[in-house]
Amino acid sequence: MNAVERSKVTVGVLALQGAFSAHEHALRRVGVSTRQVRLPRDLNGVDGLAMPGGESTTMSQLLESSGLFGEISRRIESGMHVLGTCAGVILLARTILDGRADQKSFGALPITVRRNAYGRQIDSFETNLDVAGLSEPFTAVFIRAPIIESLDGDVEVLASHDSQPVVVAHGNVVGVTFHPELTDDSRLHGLFVNRIINSLETNRR
Amino acid sequence: MTGNVSGTFRVKRGLAEMMKGGVIMDVVTPEQARIAEDAGACAVMALERVPADIRRDGGVARMSDPEMIEGIKSAVSIPVMAKARIGHFVEAQILQSLGVDFVDESEVLTPADETHHIDKFGFDVPFVCGATNLGEALRRISEGAAMIRSKGEAGTGNIVEAVRHLRNIIGDMRKITQADSAELFEWAKRLQAPLPLVQEIAETGWLPVPLFCAGGIATPADAALAMQLGAEAVFVGSGIFKSDDPAPRAKAIVEATTHFRDPEILAKVSRGLGAPMTGIGMDEINQRYAERGW
Repeated sequence: MNAVERSKVTVGVLALQGAFSAHEHALRRVGVSTRQVRLPRDLNGVDGLAMPGGESTTMSQLLESSGLFGEISRRIESGMHVLGTCAGVILLARTILDGRADQKSFGALPITVRRNAYGRQIDSFETNLDVAGLSEPFTAVFIRAPIIESLDGDVEVLASHDSQPVVVAHGNVVGVTFHPELTDDSRLHGLFVNRIINSLETNRR
Repeated sequence: MTGNVSGTFRVKRGLAEMMKGGVIMDVVTPEQARIAEDAGACAVMALERVPADIRRDGGVARMSDPEMIEGIKSAVSIPVMAKARIGHFVEAQILQSLGVDFVDESEVLTPADETHHIDKFGFDVPFVCGATNLGEALRRISEGAAMIRSKGEAGTGNIVEAVRHLRNIIGDMRKITQADSAELFEWAKRLQAPLPLVQEIAETGWLPVPLFCAGGIATPADAALAMQLGAEAVFVGSGIFKSDDPAPRAKAIVEATTHFRDPEILAKVSRGLGAPMTGIGMDEINQRYAERGW
C-alpha cells in the first residue's frame, strides 16, 4: 500500500469568478495544496479541480474565452476528480433548466438542475443536514441555489434536503448545491480529497 | 421547511462572496441589463440614471421606480442590486419587498439622514456600503453591511479617488496586522471603529466581509488596477453605458477582472474598444459624492 500524503496532493480551484478563495481556504485546512486555475496551463499537475459558486453564466463565458472548457472536458473524461458547488453543479450538469440558451456545461453529472430554484436572495437560507459518511450534521448554506430536479443516470445521493438531493456523486464527479466553503467545517472537502487520494493510490498499485 | 434560517449574516455575506472576481454593472433599462448579462456581468445595479447623468442633472436623486426595477429583474437571471439613499430605511424596506438581491446604501443618491446610516441588521436582504477609509468601512460593517466598496468618485470615469480609498483601507489593514495588542486600542480610537473588528483584522489581515472597488472605473486596465491593489471585484457605473460601444467594453472589463495579473491578456482585451467615457478631473467637479456618509 503506497499511502499518498495529503500535502503532496494539489487541487486546482477554478478562479474565473466566484467564491474560489473560500474553497482554497477549505482545501488548505484539510491539508492539500491549491492552485488558482484561470488558463489551461494552470491545470498541469493538478490532481483534482473544485468549481466554486458564483454566477454560472459568467463562468460559462470565461471558460470559453480562456480555452479552459475543452481542456477541463478532456480531463474530466479521463478521470480527473471534480467538485462542483452551487454554480459548479450547474456547470457539471447534463441538463440545465432556466439557464441561458448559450450556457455551457460539461455534462459530466447525469442530473437535471434548475437555476435559482429557491427564489431570490431573501429566500437563501442555512440549515443542518445529514451527509452520508459524516457522523455529525453539516451546516449547509444555500445561496440562490439550484435544485436537482431529477437524477438521469447512476447517481449516488449523499445528502438530501426536503427530499431533493443536494450532495450527489457520479464516478469522479461530486456535486453540492450548497456552499460548504462558507463555513469553517471542511469535512465535505475532506471527503472529496479522500476520493482523489483513493484514485491516486489505486493508480499506483 | 423546518430548520431553514434566512437572513443570517452568513447567508447575506455569502452572496457577496459569490460575486468575487466579477463585475457588477449599472444598467438603466432591461436592454442594458441583457447586454450586461451577455457580457458576463455577475450582477447588475438597476437605477434610473447612471451617476454621470445624476451629476449632470443635479437635484435630489432617490430610489428608482419599482416598475423599472421589476423590468430589469425579469430581464436577467443574475442578481439584481438597487440603491437606497443613505439613512432611508423605508426605501430599503421597499427594495427588500421587491425581491432585490442586494441593497446599495449609496452616496450617489442624495442622503436622507445626515447622522444615521440604516440599521442593516434589521433586514434579510444584504447591504453594500461605500467607504473612503478603514474606519468608515468598519462602522458600516458594525451596522450590518455584508459588503464594502470603495466610494471612489462615481460618474467621473476617473479612477484616482477609488485608488485613494482602496489604498487607505488596505494600507491601514496592513499596518494593523503589524500592531501589538496594546496598539489596537489606539487604532480603534483613531479609526472610530469597534475594537473587536480591529482585533479581527489584526488576526485575519482582512475585513470580515468582501471589499470591492467602485467609483470611476472606465477601462479594462482600471478594473485590473483595482484588483491588483486588492479589491475582490469591481462595480462599473457610468463607464460602460457612457462609452462609445458598451457591449465589447463590458466584455473586456469582465475578462480584465478575471485575468487581472496577466498583461498580455489585458493588452489583448483593451484593443479596439472605441472611446471610453470622456470623464472629468477632480478639480472640475463641484459635488464630491464621497463626502456623503460618515
